[in-house]
Amino acid sequence: MTSAVSQGPLEASRASSTVAPNRLARALIYAALILFAIYYLLPLYVMLVNSLKPLDEIRQGDMLSLPMAGTIEPWLKAWATAQIGVQPTGLKPYFMNSILMVVPAVFISTALGALNGYVLTKWTFRGADIVFGLMLLACFIPFQIVLIPMARMLGILGLAGTIPGLVLVHVVYGLGFTTLFFRNYYAAFPSELVKAAQIDGASFFQIFRRILLPSSGPIIVVTVIWQFTNIWNDFLFGASFASVDSIPMTVALNNLVSSSTGVKEYNVHFAGAIMAALPTLIVYIVSGRYFVRGLMAGAVKG
Amino acid sequence: MSFLQIIDLEKSFGNVQVLKRINLEIEEGGFLVLVGPSGCGKSTLLNTIAGLEPITAGEIRIGGRRVNDLHPSKRDIAMVFQSYALYPNMTVAQNIGFGMEIRGVPKPEREKAIARVAEMLQIDHLLDRKPSQLSGGQRQRVAMGRALVRDPQVFLFDEPLSNLDAKLRVDMRTEIKRLHQRMGTTIVYVTHDQIEAMTLASKIAVLKDGVLQQFGTPSEIYNNPINTFVADFMGSPAMNLIPATITNGAGGLAIEMERPSAPPVTLPLASPPKGLAAYKGRSVIFGVRPEALTDPDGADRNAASIAQTECFIEVVEPAGSDTFAVTHLGGKGVIARLRADANIQPGTTAPLTFNLSKSVFFDPETENRIL
Amino acid sequence: MKERLQDYIPKLVLSPSFFLILVFVYGFIAYTGYLSFTDSRILPSYNWVGLENYERLWKLPHWWRAITNLAIFGSLYILICSVLGLLLAILLDQKIRAEGLLRPIYLYPMALSFIVTGTAWKWFLDPGIGLEHTMHQWGWESFAFDWIKDRQMAIYTVVIAAVWQSSGFVMAMFLAGLRGVDSDIIKAAQIDGASAFTTYRRIIIPLMRPVFLSAFVVLAHLAIKAYDLVIALTGGGPGQATELPATFMYSYTFTRNLMGIGASSAIIMMIMIFSIIIPYLYSELRTGVKR
Repeated sequence: MTSAVSQGPLEASRASSTVAPNRLARALIYAALILFAIYYLLPLYVMLVNSLKPLDEIRQGDMLSLPMAGTIEPWLKAWATAQIGVQPTGLKPYFMNSILMVVPAVFISTALGALNGYVLTKWTFRGADIVFGLMLLACFIPFQIVLIPMARMLGILGLAGTIPGLVLVHVVYGLGFTTLFFRNYYAAFPSELVKAAQIDGASFFQIFRRILLPSSGPIIVVTVIWQFTNIWNDFLFGASFASVDSIPMTVALNNLVSSSTGVKEYNVHFAGAIMAALPTLIVYIVSGRYFVRGLMAGAVKG
Repeated sequence: MSFLQIIDLEKSFGNVQVLKRINLEIEEGGFLVLVGPSGCGKSTLLNTIAGLEPITAGEIRIGGRRVNDLHPSKRDIAMVFQSYALYPNMTVAQNIGFGMEIRGVPKPEREKAIARVAEMLQIDHLLDRKPSQLSGGQRQRVAMGRALVRDPQVFLFDEPLSNLDAKLRVDMRTEIKRLHQRMGTTIVYVTHDQIEAMTLASKIAVLKDGVLQQFGTPSEIYNNPINTFVADFMGSPAMNLIPATITNGAGGLAIEMERPSAPPVTLPLASPPKGLAAYKGRSVIFGVRPEALTDPDGADRNAASIAQTECFIEVVEPAGSDTFAVTHLGGKGVIARLRADANIQPGTTAPLTFNLSKSVFFDPETENRIL
Repeated sequence: MKERLQDYIPKLVLSPSFFLILVFVYGFIAYTGYLSFTDSRILPSYNWVGLENYERLWKLPHWWRAITNLAIFGSLYILICSVLGLLLAILLDQKIRAEGLLRPIYLYPMALSFIVTGTAWKWFLDPGIGLEHTMHQWGWESFAFDWIKDRQMAIYTVVIAAVWQSSGFVMAMFLAGLRGVDSDIIKAAQIDGASAFTTYRRIIIPLMRPVFLSAFVVLAHLAIKAYDLVIALTGGGPGQATELPATFMYSYTFTRNLMGIGASSAIIMMIMIFSIIIPYLYSELRTGVKR
C-alpha cells in the first residue's frame, strides 16, 4: 500500500513491456505522443503569448501567433493596477494573502500529520483503526457539506473573514491527507527501531525526533508539495470565507477575469492566470517526482 | 536461586490468547533458548520480558525484582533484534552510544565505553560508518555492540542470525557462544532453528501455539521429548515417527510395523518403558531418530538393546559425512543414517539396525510420551 | 506515575487532530444534516419541517438540470480520462526515449488551479477570440465552434477542460500499474507467441483491474465535487446550462438564501460520494490488514 510513497511509482523497475515493433509503428507512436504533448501545452502557450500582446493585437491577430509588438504591460497591470472588486490594486496584495495563508497552513498540517502518522503506526491502541478510518474518510467529503456550519463556527471563534480563519480551515481539511501520507510511510518504517530506542531509554518525542524524523525527508517533501498545491489552488473556501482583505489569489483571479464592467482585457487576464499558476508550476517543475508521488499516494488510497 | 523467572504469564491480543500460563526460569549466567515454529509466541514472550509489550496476567522477575510495570529502559536488559534495528541516520559509534546519550552519560565516558566494546567485537575501524555501508555480519556485530555496551543483567536475542547467510550464521553462532562464556551474562535467545537451540542453550523451552511444550536441557529435549511435537521439531533430519503395534513376543513385549508387500517387521523390546504394557495389542507411535537406525557396521555396539532386520531401500541420499537411506515402515517413509561409505543400493534389500534403547513411544491419541 | 503519563502521550498527541476532525467534519455533517430538515433560509433556523426540503429539491427543474449535467459530465469525464490515460500510458510504455520529457508535460495541468484552467479554456473556446476566431483568421471562414455559448453543448466544454486537467494524472496511475506488472508474466506471454497487442489485451490490462477501480473512484469523486472549474469556465451558464450539484448548493445557500434546500443538496452530494468511497476504502483497508 505504501509503495507509491516509498518508491517512485513511475521509475521503471523493469524494461518496458513489449517487444520493439517495426519502424512505422514507432513513428506513429512518436507522432501520437507529440500530438498529445501539443494538446497539453497549447493552453499554456496561448496564455503565455497572449499575455505579452497588446489588446489590439489579440483582437485582430490569431491567438497562436507570437507577439509582434511584445509588451510586459499586461503583466505589470495584472500585478499592480488592475481593477479587482472595487480597488485598482492588481493581484499583488492577494498573492501576499495566499502566501500568508499557505505557509502556516502547510506547516501546521504537515507537523500534525507527521505526529498522527507516528502514533497510528508505532503506538497503536485499541480503536486506532477507527480513528484512522474516520480521518481518512474526511479526505473525501464534498466541502459543500461543511460550508454552512464552518461559516458560523468562524464567526463564533472571531475568525470570520480573516487569514487565520482560512489557515484553520485548510489545516482541518488537510489533516486527513497529511495523516494518511505519514501513516503509510511510517507503516513501512521498521518497528524494531522504535523498540530498540525504547530499550535505549528514548522517550516518545525523542524517538520521533531522533529516529523517525531524520528518515522522513521524502515524505515531508511529498506532503508539503501536496498541501501547498491544494491550498494554493483552493477556490471554494477562499470564495466562501474570505473578506476583502483576506481574499486569496485564486478568488482574486476569478474576480479579475469575470468582472463584467469595462473592456475585457484578455492579455491582463492571461498574465494574472499565469501569476496564479506560477508558484505551483515552479514547485512542479522543481520537484515533479515528489508531486507525482503525492498524487498517487493521495489517490491510491490508504 | 533463579535469576530470571516467568510465573504464570499470560498474554492476549484482544480475544486472542497468544501465551498461555507460561512458567520458566533460568539461573544466573544461563543461556535460555526459546524455540518453536513461527507464530508459536516465542517472540511475543521475549517482547514481554523486554517490556515492549504489556502482559495480561502473571509476573516477570529479573534478579528477584518484579519488573512487570517497568519501562524497557529500566529493566536492565539489552536486546539484539532480528533486523538489527540499527538507526539508519546515525554512525556506528552513535548507534552504540545512543542509550548512554539518552541517559545523559558524559561524552568522554561514552567514548571510552564505545571503544571498549568496539575492540571486543573488532569493529573499531567501522565506528564512523553508517549502517547502510556495512555488510550483514558487520551490522550484526554493531547490534551486539549496542547491547554489550549497556552491560545489562540479561541479554535478549530475537532471532539474531536469521538474516545472515548459512556460513556466516555458523561463525556468528560460535561467536555468541564464546561471548557468553566470557561475559557470563544471562541470555534469553529466540530462534526457530533447532540447531541453534541445541548448540547454544543451557536450557531450551519449546513452544507451540502459545503453550510451553517442554522445558529442559538440550539433551533432555533431544533424547526424552515429551510429545511427538517436540520429537519432530528438534533434530534434523527429524525423528522417525512410525505407526506401530505392541504385541506379545516370545521374551516379552515386541513392536510390529507394517511393510509394503512383505510381512510386518517385529522387533523384541528388551527394556520397554513401564507404561507400554498397557498398550498391548494397541497401536502406538514408535519414535526412532535416524542416527539410531543404521547399517549393522555403524551400530552402537554398547547400546543396551539393539535389533536388526532386513529392509527394502527406496532412496539413497549421500550427504558427504553420512549417507541417508529411506525405507518404508508403518505406512511412512523412514530415514536411516548410515556410514558415508556404506555399500547400499536403492531398490535392494539391506539389513538395518534399530538402537532400541534410544527409541521412544508415544500415544497416538494424545501424542504424549509413554513412560 | 511517570510511567503512566508516558502511556497516555500518544493518545494526547493524536487527540487534537481527532477532535478537530470529529467536530469540523462529522459534527458539521450532522449540523448540515439537521439543517436540511428545517426551514432555514438566510440564517439557520431550528424549525423542523421533516422531508419538505428534499421533496421541494427533487421538484426543482434547476436541481434536475444539475443532476442531469452531473450524469453527462461525470460519465464522459471518467470514460474519456480513462481511455486517454490508458492510451497514453501504453504509448509511453514502449521504451520511449523522451519519456522523461513527455511525462511531465502530460501531467503538469494537475498542478494548476481549476480557476487557471477555466480561465485558459474559457478564452480558448470563446468564438470571439479563441479557436473559432483563429480559424477564421487563417482563412477557414465557415469554421464554427461556439459550444461554450450554446445551452445544449456548454456542458461538453466543461468535459473538455476537465479532461485536459486530469487525464495526465490518470496516465500516471496506469503507467505505474503497467510498470508494476511482473515482467516474467510478459516474458511468458511472449514465449507463448502472443503479439504485443494480445499481450496488452489479454494479460496486462486485465491485471490492472485494481488501477481501473482506483481511477474510477478518484475521478468519480472529483466529478461530484467539481465546482471551481465550472465557476471559472462558464459560471454555471449560459443560463443554467452547466450547473452542477456543487454550484447549485452554493447558489441556493448563499445567493438565493434557501439554506434548507442548499443543505439537503449537500447531503445528497455526500451520500453520492460516500456510496462510492466507503466500499472502496473498506476493501482497501481490509486487504491492507491481510498483507
